[in-house]
Amino acid sequence: MSTVELEIKYTPKDFQSDQDVRWCPGCGDYSILAQVQRTLPLLKIKKEKFVFVSGIGCSSRFPYYVDTYGFHGIHGRATAIATGVKLTNPDLSVWVATGDGDLLSIGGNHFIHTCRKNVDIKILLFNNRIYGLTKGQYSPTSELHKVTKSSPYGTTEYPFNPVALAIGTEATLVARSMDRDPKHLQEMILRAGQHKGTAFLEIYQNCNIFNDGAFFHLTEKEYKADNVVYLRHNEPLVFGKEEDKGIRLDGMNPLVVSLKDGKWSKDDLLVHDEFNRDPAYAAMLSRLEEKPGFPVPIGVFRQIQKPTLEDMLYEQINEVKRKKGEGDLRKLFFDTTTWEIK
Amino acid sequence: MEKQIKEVKRITIRFAGDSGDGMQLAGNIFGDTTALVGNDLSTLPDYPSEIRAPAGTLYGVSGFQLHFGSKEIYTPGDQPDVLVAMNPAALKVNLRDLYHGAIIIVNSDSFDQKNLQLAGFETNPLEDGSLANYQVISVPITTLTIRALEGMGLSMKEMTRCKNFFVLGLTYWMFDRPLEPTINWIHKKFAKNPKMIEANEKVLKAGYFFGDTAEIFTMRFTIKPAQLEKGVYRNVMGNEALALGFVAAARKANLKLFQGSYPITPASEILHELSALRNFDVITFQAEDEIAGITTAIGAAFGGALAITTTSGPGLSLKTEAMGLAVMAELPLVIVDVQRAGPSTGMPTKTEQGDLLQAMFGRNGEAPIPVIAAKSPADCFYAAYEASRIALKYMTPVIVLSEGYIAQGSEPWRIPEPVELQTIETNFASEEDKKDGKFYPYVRNELNVRPWAVPGIAGFEHRIGGLEKKHITGDVSSEPTNHEFMVKLRDQKIQNIANDIPLQDVFGEQEGDVLVLGWGGTFGAIRDAVIRLIEKGYKVSHAQLFYLNPMPKNLGEILKRFKRILIPELNLGQLAFIIRSRFLVDVEQLNKIQGLPFRSSEIENKVLKMLGAK
Repeated sequence: MSTVELEIKYTPKDFQSDQDVRWCPGCGDYSILAQVQRTLPLLKIKKEKFVFVSGIGCSSRFPYYVDTYGFHGIHGRATAIATGVKLTNPDLSVWVATGDGDLLSIGGNHFIHTCRKNVDIKILLFNNRIYGLTKGQYSPTSELHKVTKSSPYGTTEYPFNPVALAIGTEATLVARSMDRDPKHLQEMILRAGQHKGTAFLEIYQNCNIFNDGAFFHLTEKEYKADNVVYLRHNEPLVFGKEEDKGIRLDGMNPLVVSLKDGKWSKDDLLVHDEFNRDPAYAAMLSRLEEKPGFPVPIGVFRQIQKPTLEDMLYEQINEVKRKKGEGDLRKLFFDTTTWEIK
Repeated sequence: MEKQIKEVKRITIRFAGDSGDGMQLAGNIFGDTTALVGNDLSTLPDYPSEIRAPAGTLYGVSGFQLHFGSKEIYTPGDQPDVLVAMNPAALKVNLRDLYHGAIIIVNSDSFDQKNLQLAGFETNPLEDGSLANYQVISVPITTLTIRALEGMGLSMKEMTRCKNFFVLGLTYWMFDRPLEPTINWIHKKFAKNPKMIEANEKVLKAGYFFGDTAEIFTMRFTIKPAQLEKGVYRNVMGNEALALGFVAAARKANLKLFQGSYPITPASEILHELSALRNFDVITFQAEDEIAGITTAIGAAFGGALAITTTSGPGLSLKTEAMGLAVMAELPLVIVDVQRAGPSTGMPTKTEQGDLLQAMFGRNGEAPIPVIAAKSPADCFYAAYEASRIALKYMTPVIVLSEGYIAQGSEPWRIPEPVELQTIETNFASEEDKKDGKFYPYVRNELNVRPWAVPGIAGFEHRIGGLEKKHITGDVSSEPTNHEFMVKLRDQKIQNIANDIPLQDVFGEQEGDVLVLGWGGTFGAIRDAVIRLIEKGYKVSHAQLFYLNPMPKNLGEILKRFKRILIPELNLGQLAFIIRSRFLVDVEQLNKIQGLPFRSSEIENKVLKMLGAK
């Protein structure tokens, strides 16, 4: 994908389509749409070079609302459709808008293989931990024992941790943000848009109809500071209302320490390295939230560079052309054992 | 002793042995040589789905049948005139297909206690007189192969692996074929291994000279070249021909070719062939599953490529939902189904025509898709090409039905000059498609085809998808009358393709007592049978459907000109079901569901029975 210095300066309005947005009033999707529309002009990519692909679910209506090329696919297959678009047109900026059911349940297989192959597409996961469009069943990210329409006695299933899963697939950019933190969300969308390779961005998104407040302990002012740790490259992992807590590593073990009692200072804390190539590091970060007393990390867990699928494919095409010459149909037909009937 | 040479018009030979005996290779090479001497031919491999089944077992037997002659050859042959059996199991499995008087060449070295037991023979058939009705030629093939290679320093395993070349040499002598083409092949194939060149060449010649000198061979056959249409020919397998057809179509249309496929028997060779053609701008994507195969192809079609996905029956089932998406999005896409015996996993390496109704109707909602069926290995080229032409011109998915039988079989193909191939039209969006400066993705041309607006072009940004579209604007719409209008419009678009395809031709008289109506790979067996029936004076004709949806416009009228209609199919009567419902005519059925193609004698006998012949 080539970025060019544009003569035209786009504004968010240039990325608004003429379609009425039909999400429920108060849905977190509105914020995600707005932050995407605000961020796309910053990427300095021509408008017609963007393609938004989706599957099925509330979030998958997304392409209709962005005035670029768009494809509203079928359930779970957005990453596969996007892969086809990208492989035939490597200069396009291809995005996937998807939900927790779409990407991690029915589309799980396509998701892991897209990441494995490092296809240069940007996956925006709208994670609301519920099935919205089908009216309130539990999703693969719903917490254990959650009571929903299809689990009246509580679920008996463990949820996926999407970031941990993405790191397991060795996706080359893995990040997390929240619908109710627009600035941070814009920053993460920009990072995804600038990344070359599979970018996976999990966005905690509030479904105010079927799972209202699922992330309020992370997004609302009174709780946020104690429950969220922002991952910033080269900065120590500090959190808490008064920046009074931190995470330090004891060997392989992360520990929450107080910065108030004079025992530990910021210099003792784990300093985040986004570019650590070892997936074990990012995996450790992705599991912090599962430990009692630990905050939920928000930000870029990991970003590495390696050749993308389409890079290697086109390199191979060119290499074969160099060796064998441009394909010649007549030669292909006739350059084998033939005989003539006269 | 002077050996007789008998001239014959056609011969069917079957090579059979353990999966590891190299019978497929021997058959293929025999076929290439036979084509080079100018005979018409048709081949059919028959192999187990186990890659290397335990040696000597019945289920490990692999076969390769060739039918060649000095007249046009339409099938791989009903019953072999000659069977080469490399072990008792191969004899046991294939004996039921032989007529009395057929020639059996056996590798006597393999008829030991263990192999006889594995094959379920209580006594040695070479000794107990049970083969008295056949001409058995018993040759110690293993011993003779080893003797030819003595002193070369090869291991026992390396030596015995050459025995398929002994068989080739022997059969070349028997059927008067030249050795040179095979010697050239050996030199090319083993260019990096001079020892194997020497070994295989030695054994090939040993087989040939053994035939010449051994007293047990009293009969040789010669088959004159066939009078085929003028032109340059090559041998081609069905799957290979499909791959060539798609590359040709992409080149003619000036498009990249994208294939999204998951490996599946018996369709995988299409992926193998195309993945080797990177210098033709062919992008092959070996998908994580069948669904990703078709959905990546749909993405590629949106992105402006000639997109295909290739599979077999179970894979077609998995692609069903996505085919509906391609119908709704109105994108060009070719789906190849190389049918195999089903349902479910069924018999993966065996042929069947069980997917016709699935191809025609197997989708939710009203989702019409053109369907084309290849009639023979070489015809696969034209099926792929024509499917691509229709997909691109009409912005629609198209299904190509092939069958294991023709996918793996081969026949001579008169190679077309690429410049002579039909033009392929595309309907890319242009400024003319805009209304008041705005582009609407569902405006249509005179054929009801919407424009193809490929991402990357300024001013044509638009959104498509699986939700019902409003006429012209393409906006999401669930308005009742719009939906009905769009359903009918999509259907009409496909039905109109009937104006763009040739009329159905009828072989034989244009009216008469019986029309044998077939589709797909039954072509050869039907044609053979009908030729024989006509020669016997019966008023029987043949029509083979290439276009199954839409059907040729004159089909209904053809059906009326015959007193009776027979539809032979390798299923329970799927075409018969369609013909009855569409044309309100009664048809008679001949159905075979054994994983095997028809024998032409089965069709001939059925027609004779219908006509009350004694």
